[in-house]
Amino acid sequence: MALARADARPAPSRLLLRRYVLPAVGILALLLAWELYIRVFRVPHYLVPAPSVIGQTLVQEWPTIQRNVGRTLVEAVGGFALGNGFAVLLAIAFVHSPTIQRFLYPVAVAIRTVPIIAIAPILVLLLGNGYAPKIVIAALISFFPTLVNMVRGLEAVEPSALELMRVLSANRRQVFFKLRLPSSLPFLFSALKIATASCVIGAIVAEWVGADTGLGYLIIVATFEFRTGLLYATTAVGSFLALGFFLAVVLLEKAVVRWKPETPST
Amino acid sequence: MTFATPAGPVQALANASLTIAPREFVSLLGPSGCGKSTLLRLVADILAPTEGRIEVGGDPPVVARRRRVFGFVFQDATLLPWRNTLQNVLLPLEIGGDARQGRPDALALLELVGLRGFDAAYPWQLSGGMRQRVAIARALITRPQVLLMDEPFGALDEITREHMNQELLRIWEATETTILFVTHSSPEAVFLSDRVLVLGARPGRVKLELPIRLPRPRDPAVKETVEFARHTAALRRALAGNARPE
Repeated sequence: MALARADARPAPSRLLLRRYVLPAVGILALLLAWELYIRVFRVPHYLVPAPSVIGQTLVQEWPTIQRNVGRTLVEAVGGFALGNGFAVLLAIAFVHSPTIQRFLYPVAVAIRTVPIIAIAPILVLLLGNGYAPKIVIAALISFFPTLVNMVRGLEAVEPSALELMRVLSANRRQVFFKLRLPSSLPFLFSALKIATASCVIGAIVAEWVGADTGLGYLIIVATFEFRTGLLYATTAVGSFLALGFFLAVVLLEKAVVRWKPETPST
Repeated sequence: MTFATPAGPVQALANASLTIAPREFVSLLGPSGCGKSTLLRLVADILAPTEGRIEVGGDPPVVARRRRVFGFVFQDATLLPWRNTLQNVLLPLEIGGDARQGRPDALALLELVGLRGFDAAYPWQLSGGMRQRVAIARALITRPQVLLMDEPFGALDEITREHMNQELLRIWEATETTILFVTHSSPEAVFLSDRVLVLGARPGRVKLELPIRLPRPRDPAVKETVEFARHTAALRRALAGNARPE
């Protein structure tokens, strides 16, 4: 296959083709197949709407969706900041004190093992119907992967680099800021990329339990009122929200991690 | 000399006594696990001996380390990948708190190690030999009295290694530091050193102490002389004496 040739650097136009055009064609093909299936087999719209119908609904219902998307965004971003910030601080504490690690790691694992769906009603009872329980749930869902990755990143320092710091008589602060923290950044960013999608999920799930605005609320309303088009449109908006969030983190990573990491992060 | 490990004390060197003169180039030669790298780490105060005594210019290693007496070059260059060449070379000064005035020195050192114009390159853009040159420049930036080198060219290919050996002699002559060099290559040890110590398998003991009486400055052509062959043969015999299975 011509595209798989490895002998030469791909020409810019070919790179463009491979990177953007092919994925776009893939998605378009999927949508087209979906549209055709619905039309050929006359599937009723209240069961599965065709992409064209979803697009129409998206335009018609945009004011409604717009009213709700902002709230979910705030909850997801708030939870992202809270959960990841807390995870990073705890990871730093873990790396510096094995005692703290032994003391708090079981708690972190326990938080991980509680099903988010089950804890959501509890948090709504505790924290009311506002932003707080949603932000906490979005935070909880992104907390653990970041904690684990950040600890791994802070410990993924070459032994000889630590010996170098020792020969240079570096103090703990210098070892942390000049060695551990920068070498953990690729690990941190791979965790943050996972967290973007899970924060949006967390916010939406929390809204199912008790909310009067938000994409999760809209999903519940659309389901019970059989407005399938709105349901699909809302879902699409939710995934675009997560995608945009993900791309923002990718851009941030490109700006911060400018050196080539030795092990490419996923 | 023994040192403590989590698994209990390990005797790294038995009955070894070694005095190194200022500006001397001494190589430690031996099989893997003979304690030559450990000895280097004991000198640099990376490890602490539980028995035995080391003095560097009259001070114990801790004091010498804090006085920034040592430059250390590891087998892998151990450059920080997020720093460019210049920033890597300046790291020791930054940690000492005086990196501001170090820039001209760092550039001069990069020139000395043959990396003029590479100050903005990142480690991933450099070859193995170039990375090791950066590591040498970084070790020299504090003007150390003692340069400790732990198989610095062990990971390089033969051609690059020979070239780096010549470069090291040139740098050594320009900087007048004492060098303690760990290697498991006899020709490398003979070509570089004033004196070679052959260490035996654990617990390491000095099997042979061989002064190298080859004229300096040395040229690669010296490797084709009978004298050179005589030296390497002596080292090979001493090494082979240790090769018995334990």
